[in-house]
This record gives sequence, C-alpha cells and structure tokens, in this order.
Amino acid sequence: MELHSAGENALILYLGDTASAEVSARVQAAAQAVEHVLGADLVDLVPSYASLLIIYDPLRTDHLAVSHKVRECVATLDAVAAGEGKLVVLPVYYDPEAGADLASLAENAGLGIEQVIALHSDCEYRVYAIGFAPGFAYLGEVDARIAAPRLATPRQKVPRGAVAIADRQTAVYPAVSPGGWNLIGRCPTRMFDPSAEPTMPVSVGDRVRFEPVSRARFLELGGEL
Amino acid sequence: MSLRVEQPGILALLQDGGRFGQHRIGLTNGGPLDPQAFDYCNRLLQNPPGSTAVEISFGGAELTAETDTFVCLTGADMGLRINGEPAEQWRVLPVRAGDVLSMGFAEKGSRAYLGVAEGFSVAPHFGSSATVMREGIGGLHGDKLGAGDSLPCPTVHQRHLRYLPREQQPHYHDIVTVRVIPGYQQKFFSRYQQRRFFSHAYHVSARCDRMGYRLEGPAIECDIDGILSEGICFGAIQIPADGQPIVLLNDRQTIGGYPKIGAALSLDCGQLAQLRPGGRVHFAPITPHAAHNALHLAHSLMCRQRLPEWAP
Repeated sequence: MELHSAGENALILYLGDTASAEVSARVQAAAQAVEHVLGADLVDLVPSYASLLIIYDPLRTDHLAVSHKVRECVATLDAVAAGEGKLVVLPVYYDPEAGADLASLAENAGLGIEQVIALHSDCEYRVYAIGFAPGFAYLGEVDARIAAPRLATPRQKVPRGAVAIADRQTAVYPAVSPGGWNLIGRCPTRMFDPSAEPTMPVSVGDRVRFEPVSRARFLELGGEL
Repeated sequence: MSLRVEQPGILALLQDGGRFGQHRIGLTNGGPLDPQAFDYCNRLLQNPPGSTAVEISFGGAELTAETDTFVCLTGADMGLRINGEPAEQWRVLPVRAGDVLSMGFAEKGSRAYLGVAEGFSVAPHFGSSATVMREGIGGLHGDKLGAGDSLPCPTVHQRHLRYLPREQQPHYHDIVTVRVIPGYQQKFFSRYQQRRFFSHAYHVSARCDRMGYRLEGPAIECDIDGILSEGICFGAIQIPADGQPIVLLNDRQTIGGYPKIGAALSLDCGQLAQLRPGGRVHFAPITPHAAHNALHLAHSLMCRQRLPEWAP
C-alpha cells in the first residue's frame, strides 16, 4: 500500500500496480472503509484500477488526520473476495454495420469475425473504473487475442452505444463523443441516463457479460443504427 | 421574473459553487473558474454562498432586466453599462424592469460573474446548477446561454448597497505565480526535471478552456510514459508525452492515464483562469502544510472582511 499527496485536499491510495480483479476488489473495499471512516469530512472518491483518489474538505480536516485514518483503516481491511458485484448482461449487435473496426480488428488478429465475437462475449468482465465521461465504464480484461491498440487518429464522433476495445479494455460509449477505441458493435442499453434511477446500469466492482443479439433484436431493444 | 439574455457574448454559463460527490458516475465538478470573484459577487449581494450566477468569459454579453432587482458584476473589468451609462463593478446596483445591462470586452483578466439578489433560480441537476457543456449537464439546458434565454430570478426591493473598495479589488495581471503541491507521480520526475519545471516561465497556449490550461515552455520529461488510469483532482498538473504541462481545472475528465507532477493550489487556479493565451505562469513548490495554511488564511480573511455600503 502506498499513500501519496495528490493536491491541497486530496490523497491518492495505491493498492497495487497492475489491473486485476483482486486489486480492484481491494480498491472497492478500501473505498467503503474510507467513506465510513471519513464521514462528513469526505467530499468525493474516485476508485480506479489500482488506486483510490480521496478528496476531503480542507476546512474540516487536514492531510495528516486523513492519512492517519486511511492508513489505519486500510491496514485492517479484511481479505476481500473478487467477483462479488452484481452481474449485468448487455446485449450487443456485433456486425461491421454496427462496429466499423470489427473487420479490420479480426484481420489484424488473424481471426474470423465470428471468433472475435465469441472471444468478446464468452467471458465475464469486471467494471474497473468509471470516468472519462459520465457513465463511461472501463471493463477488463479483454482476451489477449483480440486486444487492439487505440486508433492512430481518434474519431471525431463515436455513436452512443458503440462497443469498443482498446488494449485489453472494453467499454460501451454512453454518449456521442470523440474516441480512439476500436468499434466492434453496438449496445442498445443506455449506459447513462440522467433522468433514470439509477443513472447507470453498472457500478465499479460489478461484473458484465456481453450477449450477441441479432439486428432485429437490437432494434427491438431500442438500438439505433 | 427573469433577466433575458439578448447577447450571450463569447461564452456565458450558469454556475453555482460546483457539483461534488458525483465522480463515481463520471461527473466532473464544474463551478466558477475564479471562485474568489464568484464568492465576492454573492457576498456583496448578501446571497447564500454558492448561489447561481452567470460566468461571462471575455465579455460581450447583454441582458435585459424583466423585473426590479439588484445585480452585481465582479471579476475582470468588462466596461459594464446600464442603459448605456457606465456603471461600477464590484458593487450592488439596483435595476428596474426594462433596464439593459451590457458589457464590452475585458482587457485584463477574462472571467466576470454577474449575480442577482437571491441568485438565479435554476433547478439543480445532480445536486448543482453548474453547467458542464461537455457533459450536457446543468444550467438551463446543459449548454451555454444563448440569445433569448430567460434566467429566472425573484423580484427584490430591499438590499444593502454593498461594494468592494477599489484598493481591495483583485488585480488581474499577465503574470501569475501558481503554487504547486508536489505529489502523484512526482518521484518519476528526476530532480533535474523538477528544477526545470519550477524555474522556468510557461505561457498559456491557445488551448485553454474550462477543462484545463495547456501551457507552453521547456518540455518536462517523465521517467514513465503512462500510468494505470487513476483519479484526477482539481488543479492536477498532467505532463503528456510532449512534456508541455496541462493544469486541469473545473471541467476536467475525472480519470486519466498521464503522469502528474503535482497539483496547483486552488487559490491560484482562479488567477490562472483569468489569464488569456500568451499569459505567463511561474510555478512555485509548497508543502501540503503550507497549502493547508494558505486555504485557512484565505478563508479567515474572507470571514472577517467587512463590506461597506454606498449611498445612491
């Protein structure tokens, strides 16, 4: 465990240096413990792959008191089991029509499109972090055979619902935005809906599985092409 | 009851104190780029802290009062006029329905805050009225103000006519010293690179906005290319591959994978955000203790400051 200064009212706690379900589970457990121990002194938390950014109110407490409390509560964290989050199944229409990079990704990987779809949808992912944009969930880890680097030139406009791969991460774009990830399909589920409760179908620590659906089913579920 | 936007100018945004506690769904803070000028605006108007005001960047805004109320403009001098007559900034001014408030363009500084008595009545979105255009959240419709927008506010007949004496008004210069709390990936910047960062001047590039101020100057090298994406706090100074620092501000992304050398003190970020492209920035390292002290000192001075009244 390492705890560093981040800013005038922020500390960053590192619980590992690689992305893994175990480290992520520790981050989750630490987030809960820190939230509890800091109470009203806490302003916000940003859990990520292996770190937890802790933002506190500097007019109520200071970095010495916060780091003392954080060290103490993290030292006594119980061993936590990974994979306890809820399972969310997201339908995906995988097709070159819905994922502009599906064919080239398959070609570069030396695989058929069907194999890419099978590899992407056959496993369970973990939500490691949420950020970049509202509702953008970083999911890992993608099978190494279909991992693909970011595009050299990011797209100006990635459609809402685009399912994409960057290195060994995958995600569903929650809204139209610029983006450099490889697009392989489209998901009809809204990943961020300000008027819904909850606003997001997933949170950090949840498990996600992608389920291939037909074009007709995708449209029936409210998907747009 | 409202103020009607006739001309929004270059960029006008409704802002309150900011949106907090929503990083876990990826929402950033928003809020005023220059909190000092924003806080003065509400204090002069005797509004609760963090009441919604309009942040006007660079100037050019024109609004018509559709009710009797009191207004106050703080921050950069934009040559405020009411019905064409020059009017004082940093001062509570009575306006009547039909009065036209117009602004020119700032010559020094770039952000000003237009407040009304009781603040603008805007429904909060995720706990705040702060507009973040990138997210399409806050304000009237998640976007900057446009001509014809109506900013709801109550009719008010009684207000102390407070003002901030000229000698106490902030000055906006072309040179700002930004205090920095070293942190984050600091250890991956060699001593030589850190000395370089703290001993040279940087200039504000044309790429400066509410997300962050990108600076130009001696390139800073980091021993590592990238990191596992992690949370980014307000003021964090990111050093991307080209070595040119970016000070991340109110509308920053909440997580990212570039190394960071530390974070700027919030008290100085307001001054930084008043700079325009070409403005000069020096960085000075301070300890977390000194930063904490500076925040409390600023808060204490603000609490003890008396704002006098003027007679019409």
